[in-house]
Amino acid sequence: MSDLVTPLRRARGLGSAKHGVGHFIGQRVSAVAILLLAPWVLWSGARLAGSDFDGVRRWLAQPLDAALTILLLLAGFYHAQLGVRVIVEDYVDGRIARVALLVLNAFVAAAAAVLAVVCVLSVVLGSGAV
Amino acid sequence: MAEIPRLDQTRPLSPHMQIWRWHVTMAASILHRVTGVALWAGLLILVAWLYALAAGPVAFSAVAGALASLPGLAILFMVTLSLFFHLANGIRHLAWDLGFGFQLKTADATAWGAGLFALAANLGFWAWIVTAVRAAS
Repeated sequence: MSDLVTPLRRARGLGSAKHGVGHFIGQRVSAVAILLLAPWVLWSGARLAGSDFDGVRRWLAQPLDAALTILLLLAGFYHAQLGVRVIVEDYVDGRIARVALLVLNAFVAAAAAVLAVVCVLSVVLGSGAV
Repeated sequence: MAEIPRLDQTRPLSPHMQIWRWHVTMAASILHRVTGVALWAGLLILVAWLYALAAGPVAFSAVAGALASLPGLAILFMVTLSLFFHLANGIRHLAWDLGFGFQLKTADATAWGAGLFALAANLGFWAWIVTAVRAAS
């Protein structure tokens, strides 16, 4: 490399930050988790269609269904956030828009997942089932 | 976030969307992203539904009513269609990660397979739901 490069330019030429593998593996492991949850998701969706408030609450108050719902939320939002991150990195060029969207993606995923988990716990603990 | 050096800016980028003939594997690839974003929105619908369930009967009937309206059902129909496609095409991706399915004919066949599975499974799933709701009422 020539001496006529700035330190930043040289650092950029050093290749990857060596963190990509974590993203790759996380995306795939969460995919397998969602794949395993899929039959239960479809079964529950069909069973709950047309149910009223009390019926759905009774269903979610059961420890197994509550636990699987929380697992779906965690695996789902983790997976979705990793995927949308790649899409933003691929298609959004403007530096400000790119950083803003990446942060928004992470924040909304974390906030929505935590909110939903709290809602599930509130139904479970409010029902007296556990 | 690599800056492209000035010299490179005039060089062509690859793949060249304008000159490649559309192919089923390209369609499957972009649909995987589109359906992934749709499922992000689907997760937010799930959160709204769980929030309403925790908030009480009034909030729940508002959200459940919105989802049971015609636009709501149309959105849910697209979400489950996205789910079935993303699921099938995701298995395709996992197979590639294990080193299988890269032959052109196999890649074409599995792309068609993922799309056709999504259409068939979605229709079957909604037929199941309609039957279950009719039987319950």
